Amino acid sequence: MKRHSPLLTLLLAGAFGLCVAPFYWLAMAATQENSDVFSWPPKLLPGGHLMENLQGLQDSIGLTRVLFNTALVAGVQTAGAVVVSVLAGYAFAKFEFRGRNLFFVLLLSTLVLPDTVMLIPIFEMMMKLGLIDSYQSVILPGLVTPFGIFLMRQSLRSMPDELLDAARVDGAGELRVLWRIVIPVNRPVIAALALFVFLGGWNQFVWPLIALRSPDMYTLPVATATLQGLVTTNYAQVLLAAAIAAIPVMALFLVLQRQFISGLLAGATKE
Amino acid sequence: MSLAPSEHAPAAAPAGRGTIDQTGRTRTGRRRLLTPTSVPYLLIMPAVLGFAIFKAYPIVASLWISLTTGNGADRHFTGLDNYQRLLHDPLFWTALKNTALILVVQVPLMLGLALLVALGLNSTKVWLRPLWRLGVFVPSLTGLVAAGVMFSVILNRDAGLLNWVLSLFGIDRVNWLGSPFWARIGVVLVITWHYTGYNAVIYLAGLQGIPQELYEAAKVDGAGPIRRFVSITVPQLRPILLLTVVLSTIGTLQLFDEPYVLTGGGPDNSTLTVTMYLYNNGFKYFDFGYASALAYALALIVAVLGLLQVRLMGERK
Repeated sequence: MKRHSPLLTLLLAGAFGLCVAPFYWLAMAATQENSDVFSWPPKLLPGGHLMENLQGLQDSIGLTRVLFNTALVAGVQTAGAVVVSVLAGYAFAKFEFRGRNLFFVLLLSTLVLPDTVMLIPIFEMMMKLGLIDSYQSVILPGLVTPFGIFLMRQSLRSMPDELLDAARVDGAGELRVLWRIVIPVNRPVIAALALFVFLGGWNQFVWPLIALRSPDMYTLPVATATLQGLVTTNYAQVLLAAAIAAIPVMALFLVLQRQFISGLLAGATKE
Repeated sequence: MSLAPSEHAPAAAPAGRGTIDQTGRTRTGRRRLLTPTSVPYLLIMPAVLGFAIFKAYPIVASLWISLTTGNGADRHFTGLDNYQRLLHDPLFWTALKNTALILVVQVPLMLGLALLVALGLNSTKVWLRPLWRLGVFVPSLTGLVAAGVMFSVILNRDAGLLNWVLSLFGIDRVNWLGSPFWARIGVVLVITWHYTGYNAVIYLAGLQGIPQELYEAAKVDGAGPIRRFVSITVPQLRPILLLTVVLSTIGTLQLFDEPYVLTGGGPDNSTLTVTMYLYNNGFKYFDFGYASALAYALALIVAVLGLLQVRLMGERK
């Protein structure tokens, strides 16, 4: 009964190709000499200049330092945002308290407000605190993610109350209930949330571009963009930087794709 | 003391810790903090703090700043001057027009494609489905800067990959990014490449949530594939369609990274967006008052468009 339609398969393979082909080209271009990036026809096979380009990136932007900055910022942001979201999501999903609905609505309403509205006051705040050009300035604003709190609330709501009450009756304190039951049961959604936040933190651009001043503090997207702005841009290096930025995210996604997609779907379908 | 320190050391505990929890169980002092009424407040405390500092305060402060001119200690109230200026600023209107053009072309194109891809991915007649799903989702993982840098070379007029592929079909080189018209198309192409798969996966989830019986009943009644799509799929997907339309609209209105990296707003300001103009005013010319007015104008446009979309596509049951 299940007959395959070659035409439909072909069409989807075409869509797949359009999505993936640029990455293939990127990987190849990143191994060329700068002058070969713009050869016609484009070079579609590995070029053998990978190490040279890596060294070039190390000299021009301090690749290892920049990667460390990016990983630190994204990592701390992820850990913090997940903790904040799980705690608040649990409270919104499973407790009655005064002001619950009001605060939840306030929180959600900021989802539709463009982030750009907040840029200038946050910049001034960081200036006053002397935090411009520090890790804190980039990390702190990312710790509260209304989306994360929303996602956790949606997912925790579907957890049976009996499960929690049973643990409480058995004498578990609230922290233990959270740690031993809520978190393990919801591990897939938490993993998805962590991926979302990490992705956002790793790729964020506008705010770090504003908040960071010294090349030593740059994250990879900022460093990449400044590299491209130079008069004599070495495109092989810029493209290598773009490829390097993509690698950890892709790897994480491949490992955790099941959680990632189901998390995405949880946010999209549960109203 | 050493036997049950926490039970017998109330004097050392800060105020509020002495409450005995309602079940009357003996607990350590640390747990006493967690009474049934205090638990939810403690749980939301980090979120409330962060929200107050990094969302609520900036939203209000931004409105105030938009009514002032000057920076730091020099700042003084000028009422609606910034908004007046905005109305008469040709560059603002250019940026708004560019953003609107990209929005009107890009969002329907992308969501239409995404729906087609999702329908394909949902069909049981397709071989290797998980692989295609993975592939179309991958672009949305890439950072905007990485994607922008990548496409600034792919769209190169003389030696870019895209023009080379087109040349295989006998199509002349297109001056992507170099001419006002094609630069806009170029930006649209890149955003569409970036987010179509993401939206397709969201639609796929929606499609899989539609009860199969509906389709079977319709088939029994003699409805063809197009009829089934119009009468079952679209209405069932409406909430998700609405979600993606609103999210894409918000995203496109805030467009910054791609044009910043791809074109820097050029040529001839043809890809200057509102957010980019805001950035220039705020962080190149340090005119915070005017930049804040731009931010609020943008927020207003987002809010109005969002409400309109919810009105038009939402409710109606």
